[in-house]
Amino acid sequence: MTWALLLEQTLNGFQLGVLLFLLAAGLTLVFGIMDLVNLAHGSLYMAGAFFCATFTDWTDSFIIGVLLGLPATLLLGIAVEMIALRTLYARDHLDQVLATFGIILFFNELARIIWGPEGLVIPLPAWLDGNVEILAGVFYPTFRILIIAVGLSVALGLYVLVARTRIGMLIRAGASDRDMVGALGINVKMLFTLIFGLGAALAGLAGMMAGPIIEVNIGMGEEILILAFVVIVIGGIGSIRGAFVAALLVGLIDTMGRSFLDLLLKMLISGNAAETAAPALSAMLVYVLMVTVLFFRPQGLFAPRGG
Amino acid sequence: MFLRTIGAGLVVAAMLAATTAQAAEVKIGFVTTLTTPAGVIGRDMKDAFELGLEDIGRKMGGLDVKVMYEDDGFKPEIGKQKTDKLVQKDDVDFVAGYIWSHVLLASRKSVLGAGKFLISSNAGPSQLAGKLCHKNFFSTSWQNDQTPMAMGEVLNQRGVKSLYVIAPNYAAGKNMVAGVQRTFKGKIIGKDMTKWPTQLDFSAELAKARAAKPDGVFIFYPGKAGGAFMKQYQQAGLSGKIPLYSVFTVDSISLPKFQKVNLSGVMGSFMTQFWAPDLDTPQSKKFVSGFKKKYGRYPSFYAAQTYDTVFLIKSAVEAVNGDLKNMDGMRAAMAKANFPSVRGPFKYGKNHFPVQDFYLREVVKDSDGVWTTAARKVVLKDHVDTYAKDCKM
Repeated sequence: MTWALLLEQTLNGFQLGVLLFLLAAGLTLVFGIMDLVNLAHGSLYMAGAFFCATFTDWTDSFIIGVLLGLPATLLLGIAVEMIALRTLYARDHLDQVLATFGIILFFNELARIIWGPEGLVIPLPAWLDGNVEILAGVFYPTFRILIIAVGLSVALGLYVLVARTRIGMLIRAGASDRDMVGALGINVKMLFTLIFGLGAALAGLAGMMAGPIIEVNIGMGEEILILAFVVIVIGGIGSIRGAFVAALLVGLIDTMGRSFLDLLLKMLISGNAAETAAPALSAMLVYVLMVTVLFFRPQGLFAPRGG
Repeated sequence: MFLRTIGAGLVVAAMLAATTAQAAEVKIGFVTTLTTPAGVIGRDMKDAFELGLEDIGRKMGGLDVKVMYEDDGFKPEIGKQKTDKLVQKDDVDFVAGYIWSHVLLASRKSVLGAGKFLISSNAGPSQLAGKLCHKNFFSTSWQNDQTPMAMGEVLNQRGVKSLYVIAPNYAAGKNMVAGVQRTFKGKIIGKDMTKWPTQLDFSAELAKARAAKPDGVFIFYPGKAGGAFMKQYQQAGLSGKIPLYSVFTVDSISLPKFQKVNLSGVMGSFMTQFWAPDLDTPQSKKFVSGFKKKYGRYPSFYAAQTYDTVFLIKSAVEAVNGDLKNMDGMRAAMAKANFPSVRGPFKYGKNHFPVQDFYLREVVKDSDGVWTTAARKVVLKDHVDTYAKDCKM
């Protein structure tokens, strides 16, 4: 193990972390403020990736693809909220899980009808497709640096939005006491639609960032959604700050587990046993983290209603 | 009361009559993955099966052929459910298909326990070739370890001394790694088994591989994970620096996508396989040109194996003149491998896996500029898989 490798793996962990944050930010807001368990959040992630792939194909530019894909996902999110989810707020969580699971199936099938089963690729412009030497001898893919930059800027932007603006004040108020916000004469319906659209756009952005790395596929949302739920549970449901810290934590722990757990285990047990155990253990690490956090702080690290 | 009993009896009698009347057709259940992103593989197989049936006029030994396609959803438990349905409800004569080793292993008992024929058109887990081999099981593909064993030989021939292995952590992934380890004479300096099928981002593994400075990287990533891996390999700047050797990763399903984004790193890369679209056998030529004409694309190896499945079943039904009760006759006919195969004439080993040649393939451009693979040379000749010796049959 060298310092160069450690640095590279830290960056990889950061990159996975900010990607998870983009997805978790919307999820935690929707769950925390609207009290809606939205399994279909992953479908918006998928939709963002498909929109971006299509627009990139039409315009031959990834950047334009993203710029067009963002409002498209925002509009889709608003439409989903107004048509389907609005009626679910008053129902209990089980009904919401059932209904949003149905939405997942609907979107997966719709994507197959529109784009076919084989998925799409998002070609990157040459200046993003290579890698750069960040330190002597340490090369890192340019696009992953872009993901980190985009993720951190969004985090900063969200912080400003939530902490410094009137909308943000309403979001925070909504997270701590939804009914009181309504009682004070705020148009809660409107606020919910807006928050959902924002969350959808962020999920879409995550999909657009993941697309060029993992390809755009039907069902891509479900795979990462479980991790996103782990993130919001660790961070505290409804807390953007919690989602950010937890996402980085999960990203780093997952990456470090995949990178160094086999070396670590080899010091303790025989090589063969370590080789078998390491993949299984590293796949469990984030869940172990979640259980540990829940044991000591059942409300999560930064619960808005807990304090 | 009496009337009701008689009524029920009549219904049963009518149902029995209906089943006998239906015996004038061969019923084949085909289990593959039609949904999830892996559905593209299932589509290739279904297309090949349909093409095969068309080529034989949808008749086998004078009987009509009825085929029922079922989707396993890429999950062992669903694959087993669908297999149960085919065997118990539809009462099929043959169950074929199966892309995934873990799905096949989960479904095995449902078919073999009911005394039906099970034909794998792709998956070749070591268990079914060895200890769990069965008289009613046949493969039209290969045992999982064989293709990577051929790759191990290629690595030796090319003077690779140190190898980094990255593969998914499931039945077939483990078989692939075991296969390459068995023949590769150099040192494996690193090995990562990744979460399957959910992990598609290989940043951590690629960073480790780069730091380990191997002579070559060996991978096995079927389906969409393969595309993701190849892309990330290029983005990480590894293509061109460390040669990539793959099995079941670069195929006619992924190449059109690579070509679309001009993933030039894949050009000239090597893999091993029992077949290639340019293989010079009469059946392969007929199959490839028929497939390209009907569907407008190159068939994958999955499709080739599935095409063989049609002709294997046909050879069995014809040998007994359509008497589907004659299991012994059909089994003996299939064991002879007396049908036109895309790989040319071959024999079955005692575990009913083909004894066959394995080729080195290279990614090339065809005369129309389409990216495809071409067979370069035979690496393993008449190869018998390692587990056949454990098969007590």
